[in-house]
Amino acid sequence: MSKKSSVAYRTVSDVSGPLLVVEGTHNVSYNEVVRIRAPSGELLTGTVLETGRGRAVIQVFEGTSGLDTDVTAVRFTGETLKLPVSSEILGRVLDGSGNPLDDGPKLTAEDHWDIYGSPINPYARQYPRQPIQTGLSVIDGLNTLVRGQKLPIFSGSGLPHNRIAAQIVRQSKIPGEEGEFAIVFAAMGITATEAQYFMKSFEETGALEHTTLFLNLANDPAIERIITPRAALTAAEYLAYESDMHVLVILTDMTNYAEALREISAARSEVPGRRGYPGYLYTDLSLIYERAGRINGRNGTITQMPILSMPQDDMTHPIPDLTGYITEGQLPLSRGLHRRGVYPPIDPGPSLSRLMKEGIGEGMTRFDHKEVQAQLYYGYSEGIDLRDLVAVVGSEALTDRDQKYLKFADRFEAEFIGQGEFEDRSFEQTLDLGWNLLSEFPERELKRCDPDTISWAKERGAYRAA
Amino acid sequence: MSHGIGRIESIAGPVVRCVGLPSVRMYEVVRVGEQQLIGEVIEVGEGTCTVQVYEETSGVAPGEPVESTGDSLSVELGPGLLGSIYDGIQRPLPELREMSGDFISRGLTVEGIDKEKKWEFKPLVKIGDKVEPGDVIGEVPETQIITSKILVPLGVRGEVVEIVSPGEYTVVETICKVKDSHGDVHDVVMLQRTPVRIGRPFKGRVPMDTPLITGQRVIDTFMPQAKGGTGAIPGGFGTGKTVTLHQFAKWADAQVVVYVGCGERGNEMTEALEEWPHLKDPQSGRPLMERTVLIANTSNMPVAAREASIYVAVTLAEYFRDQGYDVALMADSTSRWAEALREISGRLGQLPSEEGYPAYLGSRLAQFYERGGRVKALGSGNRLGSITICGAVSPPGGDFSEPVTQATLRIVKVFWALDKDLAARRFFPAINSLTSYSLYQNTLEEWHKENLGADWPELVTEAMALLQKDQELREIVQLVGPDALPESERATLEAARMIKEDFLTQSALHEIDTYCPPGKTYRMLRVIINFARKMAEAVSVGVHVRRLLEFSVLDNIARMKIAPWDSYDSTLDAIETKMEREFQTLYQELSDSGMVMSKPAE
Ligand SMILES: Nc1ncnc2c1ncn2[C@@H]1O[C@H](COP(=O)(O)OP(=O)(O)O)[C@@H](O)[C@H]1O
Ligand SMILES: [Mg+2]
Repeated sequence: MSKKSSVAYRTVSDVSGPLLVVEGTHNVSYNEVVRIRAPSGELLTGTVLETGRGRAVIQVFEGTSGLDTDVTAVRFTGETLKLPVSSEILGRVLDGSGNPLDDGPKLTAEDHWDIYGSPINPYARQYPRQPIQTGLSVIDGLNTLVRGQKLPIFSGSGLPHNRIAAQIVRQSKIPGEEGEFAIVFAAMGITATEAQYFMKSFEETGALEHTTLFLNLANDPAIERIITPRAALTAAEYLAYESDMHVLVILTDMTNYAEALREISAARSEVPGRRGYPGYLYTDLSLIYERAGRINGRNGTITQMPILSMPQDDMTHPIPDLTGYITEGQLPLSRGLHRRGVYPPIDPGPSLSRLMKEGIGEGMTRFDHKEVQAQLYYGYSEGIDLRDLVAVVGSEALTDRDQKYLKFADRFEAEFIGQGEFEDRSFEQTLDLGWNLLSEFPERELKRCDPDTISWAKERGAYRAA
Repeated sequence: MSHGIGRIESIAGPVVRCVGLPSVRMYEVVRVGEQQLIGEVIEVGEGTCTVQVYEETSGVAPGEPVESTGDSLSVELGPGLLGSIYDGIQRPLPELREMSGDFISRGLTVEGIDKEKKWEFKPLVKIGDKVEPGDVIGEVPETQIITSKILVPLGVRGEVVEIVSPGEYTVVETICKVKDSHGDVHDVVMLQRTPVRIGRPFKGRVPMDTPLITGQRVIDTFMPQAKGGTGAIPGGFGTGKTVTLHQFAKWADAQVVVYVGCGERGNEMTEALEEWPHLKDPQSGRPLMERTVLIANTSNMPVAAREASIYVAVTLAEYFRDQGYDVALMADSTSRWAEALREISGRLGQLPSEEGYPAYLGSRLAQFYERGGRVKALGSGNRLGSITICGAVSPPGGDFSEPVTQATLRIVKVFWALDKDLAARRFFPAINSLTSYSLYQNTLEEWHKENLGADWPELVTEAMALLQKDQELREIVQLVGPDALPESERATLEAARMIKEDFLTQSALHEIDTYCPPGKTYRMLRVIINFARKMAEAVSVGVHVRRLLEFSVLDNIARMKIAPWDSYDSTLDAIETKMEREFQTLYQELSDSGMVMSKPAE
């Protein structure tokens, strides 16, 4: 391989968008790393997207501005993209490709790992079952997060997804367990202010020493965003599988990632799928999201919380849509709740945690969890339907029962979904609060709960129906 | 077999162009590059060919060799399939793990069936017997529920000149010799290899008159599947495609289940692997994995193998069908398969049709579903076998007007429409009973009448009418409020609510309710429809719905779902008696108070 690195091609025939075409190439392999020397002397990095017939198409991560067809020199390394990994990266701030940005010491690599990784053998996986207590009732009570899960926040411009993510990082724990944890934070195209917000919040809770930040900010090269989540996940895999840590990976904002992908695809004149995104967006995203999980016989885990903004709050937009098809649930934020002053404005209706069912109940959260969850869901959706009706016919037309549901929905939003940004509720508190709200209803109305469970809640003083 | 060697000319993702491979055929398997990655020829030109590679192609360079194998993409069939989990090209995942660890690396060769394991073979023919393709020459008790029938392979016909005695044999040992009319002697082994892209032959199709009981009330009642039928379950993410298909795999009264996870989540396959060995088949009481083959080509595994996985799955299903079994094939999700098709087609530079899918999307889908059906198998016996195909469809944005959903609906006979709104209110299964349909309803009617009750069709029609009416009424209520409705229509709303809450909702997570035996489904429906009729009568003589809602039998009805599988009859008997009594008491009270003159005529 090293013999190859000596050859520098000066045969660039075309520079367009993020792509570079080199002619007269020999033995260039698919996806190999390319080092490019710009006329200014600056060194750039790219990878091979297409090779053959003496020609290679290269995507350049820093963008192609300043490159030309005369002077630009291209050297093929014979290697695929690798990240130097070591547990020293905790506490460090890196750029979107994994080079140090802070003034810390040079990183000594314990190994070099391919950033594209390899698919986990489904036979090697272990089904995630340990609930994480985020301290947020709307998550813990209704859509519990589980260690090893990938659960995204679907947000929109102006919604408080960052505050929610920071609160989750601050409060998340597995009750009664003090395992080693780490945070890997990958920023793709977010603003410096947003990045600062996260760093400050990690610092305040002392989490910064357990955190690695990969920063590709809004003014950093867009194409580098293709690498950022992969580099971050490679680091996470090292921490989880070599250092036995429980790693929470935050990827924000996946919409910017997908846009970088679209830019490459358009430059290659590929047949576009929906809204100009490439047809392989699903597969590409799954290569990122499926890197979450738990593996049999290994102690560490990777939990992912991607954040993405839905263009025009549209959940059917390809990015949230394809994400939802891959992740193990989703937590969409609601502009309506936000306007009504509810924090965190996580909308229970379209929210889902697919892994919750195995992670709750006796011995994990509490035996009554499933029933309380089902009854709260039933009550809230009845209440919302009635709100629509009241808007048309007025509240006088409603029966007693209906009035109860209306009142329940209001209290549910204000007291159960709504909570303080620094309020950390335990599973117990969340479930008891649920019963407290269900006290709006007589026993007979609680069809989703077992009579024995209701008696238990009564005895406990949590359910106090009139 | 001549193994030609050519060279790679160019590479773009999973698509590799080669030159210099002599006489390579379409769909031939080739080994690509120094790492010997597995690929399949999908285009043949003059001196060139195009290969889709079933493994990741990073690091592969032009100039590297391409070797032909002379073989089409095939699967190995024989004892040892049941309980296995394979990747999209029939490589056993446990063996891949042994070879390359927790992550799948490239260039690994493993065969689908263990060649060393010995199976207890019992011959069923004797020397001098005349046999033809498809005849059973012996059997192997593969698991406690499924006996593997060893069939005479295609192309072998004649007289048995040698047959081994009962005993233990591997799948590659000769167990029988057959002399054909030319005097040539053919060795027969238990192992067969079959190319995956063409269906295995059978004698003919037979009518589909038996339902595939799924144990899911909404399906068994309103849009039943037939053994040998085809069905699709489209829905946006989180609406219940995977849970429903898992439910089928667990509870449907098929004898063999082939489940293919095609471009979906890794954890969903893990869930099946961890859970199903501990679940018992309700028919036989044996662990579910004894009747199941899993194929896992998850979304992060190579795209080209995803395209192949569907064919691998249906070929395995055909093998069991040919033995005379009722097989259920679940594919989650056919949309990911279609996307793989689109991706490959795009890289080939083919002219795209709607939304980038190739113009042959519809015909490929049809070819796949055509491999379902109920058939008379080859061979001299009168063996009937079936493959029921149920495919998940994942429409972008949950919009059913997209090409894959539309192409699928033109082919399949059962449509289970998942509804986002129902899922959002946790109304599960979130199948919209008004828009879904089964074209088998009529052909299955006889079976239903005979095995459930002669009044089954009436009950179903009445329930459907109530749901239909409910929908109309609720639109009115949204406009003018509930006060505007007369008492009789309130009764309809109440009856529909009972159907929805007490009958249609069924939690896959509940220990008992996860499966509903057909007899229980029938009796539950009968109770509710009876109540609805009686309620309508009572209201017609002036009783208020409010009064009827005080009946304590309603609490029992609300909990009849959780009546145990083996003793629901007594629970439902008690409910029917109690209901009768409460209505009698009501009429008694009313006539005592002089409000109603007489009980309406029965
Ligand atoms: N029949 C059911 N009973 C209980 N819960 C269900 C049922 N169907 C779906 N769900 C719930 O909906 C979630 C999503 O279902 P899933 O089948 O994974 O959706 P899809 O495959 O359509 O994305 C499940 O995790 C489960 O919580
Ligand atoms: Mg699914």
